[in-house]
Amino acid sequence: MVHVDPHEAGAVPAIELTGATKRFRTPSGTLHTAVRELDLTVAPGEFVAVVGPTGCGKSTTLTLVSGLEEPTEGEVRVYGEPVSGINGHVGFVFQQDAVFPWRTVLSNVMAGPRFRGVPADEARERARDWLSRVGLSAFEDRYPHQLSGGMRKRVALAQTFVNDPRILLMDEPFSALDVQTRALMSDQLLELWAGTGSSVVFVTHDLDEAIALADRVVVMTAGPATVKEVFTVDLPRPRSVEAVRLQPRFVELYREIWASLGEEVRITRERGAGRAA
Amino acid sequence: MPLETAVAAPAASRTEVRERAARNRKVGVYGARAAVLAGFLGLWEVCSRTGVIDPFNFSQPSRIWDQIRQWVTHGTAQGSLGEQIGYTLYEALTGWVLGVVGGVLLGIALGRVRFLADVFGPYIKVLNAIPRIVLAPIFLIWFGLGPASKVASAVVLVFFPVFFNAFQGAREVDRNLVANARILGASNRKVTLQVVVPAATTWIFTSLHVSFGFALIGAIVGEYIGATKGLGLMVAAAQGTFNAAGVYAAMTILAVVALFTEGLLTFAEKRLFRWKPADAGDGR
Ligand SMILES: Nc1ncnc2c1ncn2[C@@H]1O[C@H](COP(=O)(O)OP(=O)(O)OP(=O)(O)O)[C@@H](O)[C@H]1O
Ligand SMILES: [Mg+2]
Repeated sequence: MVHVDPHEAGAVPAIELTGATKRFRTPSGTLHTAVRELDLTVAPGEFVAVVGPTGCGKSTTLTLVSGLEEPTEGEVRVYGEPVSGINGHVGFVFQQDAVFPWRTVLSNVMAGPRFRGVPADEARERARDWLSRVGLSAFEDRYPHQLSGGMRKRVALAQTFVNDPRILLMDEPFSALDVQTRALMSDQLLELWAGTGSSVVFVTHDLDEAIALADRVVVMTAGPATVKEVFTVDLPRPRSVEAVRLQPRFVELYREIWASLGEEVRITRERGAGRAA
Repeated sequence: MPLETAVAAPAASRTEVRERAARNRKVGVYGARAAVLAGFLGLWEVCSRTGVIDPFNFSQPSRIWDQIRQWVTHGTAQGSLGEQIGYTLYEALTGWVLGVVGGVLLGIALGRVRFLADVFGPYIKVLNAIPRIVLAPIFLIWFGLGPASKVASAVVLVFFPVFFNAFQGAREVDRNLVANARILGASNRKVTLQVVVPAATTWIFTSLHVSFGFALIGAIVGEYIGATKGLGLMVAAAQGTFNAAGVYAAMTILAVVALFTEGLLTFAEKRLFRWKPADAGDGR
């Protein structure tokens, strides 16, 4: 990977983690390292997919970029500025359900603009627009508990996109969706992303999805997470998620990344088994 | 077509059977409830008439009924029955509202601001450990015979359960929801008002049910100790004239009033919590 000097005009990376380490204090009082010495740079407009064994620290890495958590050591910069607190240009689709259960679907999607002081009428209009893009126009008056898991996830997507984030952090956003909707949403995500020029960090366990969407696929080590290997996906754009899977280069990349990831997954699994024994 | 009807018929009758079973069960429950009440009252009446229990101390349902009728038609020694009920309700309601508002505000503030919780936490625990009902006579000295002393007793009884529930509710808000709101652009104030408060309402409402009962107790005990009007005074007056039927009659009226307000609260809760999935036990 080429190191980009952040002070060079026009070459400021969208996201830059240098030596980022995150430790949590566990209930027993010991320190647990979730992320260790992590270096990662994401260029403006770049789509980066992150894969790694479960529990290795992918979600934690995203919370560092979002400003929800501070790194214990090292530095996190967004557009050259050190991260301190929440940045209005960052959108975050959480791994867990995080829509507001007491708000209707429409009101959930309006929440972001309303929090940012957009007048109600304009916020409603923008929210309706996004609801139609995720195919939920007919459900705007429902409460989240009246929706399926996949529908709630789409509400979360609309809720994030309606704020037009320049940096989009997505933590397994499609894992609750059925295969068809997932392909549809993936294509839609690519379309949206191409239009906005925003940078995306996309965490997933689905290698197919990672390769089909991303410019680069980052493979993380078994926890504590650090970057193991980075693969550049040199497949032409615009891509269609379904079509790109059939290309020989895709299959080749899949095999390479799988070999790299498989080793870490095995380490994680052995560790878990060792602890259980 | 015959095949279709053949398939549809048993399905329809099955729902019918199930519905009928559910209805029968409901009727059975209500019937059994009424039977328990009738049995209890009947046994009481019979025991009291045959002298198994002393009617002077234990009274009997028919006399209690007569007493209530007399109060309804001729009024009580302190004025009409409605006025007494209104007085007690007014005191309880005022105390309840003040206690709830104070409890919710303080609970959420302390739940949100760590510093406040650390400073005031021990004091609130100490105050909570005091049996607060003994404050009623003190309030009588401070605030006199009027409603103010009863309102004060109601407030101290209501405040603590509401406070602790609001505090707990504010503490236990789903961290993902708070994180999401902050990412979406909510300020601290908006997180409190639009995430913490709605999330804590479930907790707060559980305490509202219990605490309205406490407010009534506060008002009644206050009246019992010293007042010019109210249901508590009626109990005290009946007791003073060795009128056991009067004591029970006042208690019966109180129970009906409490049940009625409880019903109103449940209704308000249903309206407010439309966003919640119905309980599995609700049998929607
Ligand atoms: N708030 C916290 N306090 C203590 N430990 C934490 C906390 N958050 C995460 N961890 C620990 O940090 C490690 C990494 O967690 P993280 O959620 O980042 O994993 P992940 O890679 O996203 O896993 P998955 O793929 O299953 O979502 C885990 O071992 C987890 O137990
Ligand atoms: Mg995760």
